[in-house]
Amino acid sequence: MIAILWAGMIILGVIIGICTGQGAAVGEAAISSSREAVTLCITMLGVMTLWTGIMQIARDSGLIAGMSKGMRPVMRLLFPDLPEEHPATEYIISNMIANILGLGWAATPLGLSAMRELAKWEEEKEGRANTYGTDIESKNKNQNPRKTGGRASVDMCTFLIINISSLQLIPINIIAYRTQYGAVRPTDIVGAAILATFCSTLAGVLFSIIARKLATKREAAYQSSRQNATSFGKGVRR
Amino acid sequence: MNFLLYLSDYMIPIVIFYIVGFGLLMRTNVFASFLKGVKDGFQVVLDIAPTLIALMVSVGILRASGGLNYLAAFLSPLTSWLHFPGQLVPLALMKMVSSSAATGLLLDIFKEFGTDSYIGRVASIMMSSTETIFYTMSVYFTAAKVQKTRYTLAGALVATLAGIVASVALAGW
Repeated sequence: MIAILWAGMIILGVIIGICTGQGAAVGEAAISSSREAVTLCITMLGVMTLWTGIMQIARDSGLIAGMSKGMRPVMRLLFPDLPEEHPATEYIISNMIANILGLGWAATPLGLSAMRELAKWEEEKEGRANTYGTDIESKNKNQNPRKTGGRASVDMCTFLIINISSLQLIPINIIAYRTQYGAVRPTDIVGAAILATFCSTLAGVLFSIIARKLATKREAAYQSSRQNATSFGKGVRR
Repeated sequence: MNFLLYLSDYMIPIVIFYIVGFGLLMRTNVFASFLKGVKDGFQVVLDIAPTLIALMVSVGILRASGGLNYLAAFLSPLTSWLHFPGQLVPLALMKMVSSSAATGLLLDIFKEFGTDSYIGRVASIMMSSTETIFYTMSVYFTAAKVQKTRYTLAGALVATLAGIVASVALAGW
């Protein structure tokens, strides 16, 4: 996707540039842009390393672990069925905190682990898997296409929507770019950014809660209509 | 507005003070931790540098050719009806696909209109309050082996739209 986008911009740019007689400008832009990118990376090193250093202190001192406890009520609101002691809970909380603090690269591995745990939890809920990763489990998965196999669970949808709604409190990278490009007060957008982030997250939360209600209702209707088939399947396995 | 400015100015010093203070209270070796974090930070910048260079070159070429202006002009009737600055259309679209490509466009906007212009401010806030929808979805759902994503995309678009609307409203406030 990115490859096509990248090549497309170059091809399109060169064609348009030649057609409109901007060929020289295009050539110059190519060279000056790369120089500028390197300058930017050097500026960014300063801001970025300050931030990652501070965050490492927060992690080592147990501050992040302490914040996890404060997230419990949020978790109950967003994932009412997920047990507190399930590994997915811990991963989701750490991922959200990392996102709030703007540790995008630290958030991604945690988020991927959370998704894998949510997939396992879905299977546990169906009562089809007593142990993880066994042959029985994978065989069962293929028997019922409506279940976990290839279909996002409600918890996964909620998790991703909240994740994509942007949780980052202090947009440290944007501040760095603003500094580089001569903003009088690079940080003067932070307040507005926090409010806008709050709006987008609120919209994501409301959407997730409503969608969960609708999905649960539909699921219940589906389950009751298929109750015979399901109990038959369980009987066979035991 | 005053409160927003106050919050903006003091947010970062307070956060730094709090974290370092907490670290001292908990008897963490704050200096060693900081150095370790700095090393990680170097790695992050090194990791994204190639992408940033690649995309800034391609965006620079497209911009020098005038292609972005054509796209914005093409969409201007719709965006002016929505009170959305047409110059930010490519940025809003790009942010859904790739964060680093959007960064390239953002820097372009900073260069052309200035960081403190209305457009520059909307762009800054918008970039701070939205995420890369398609990138995140593809990576996360791949990890969980999910093909049917159900209502995730709809929810993500709703959240992103709310962020964009809020950005436009707050920047002019």
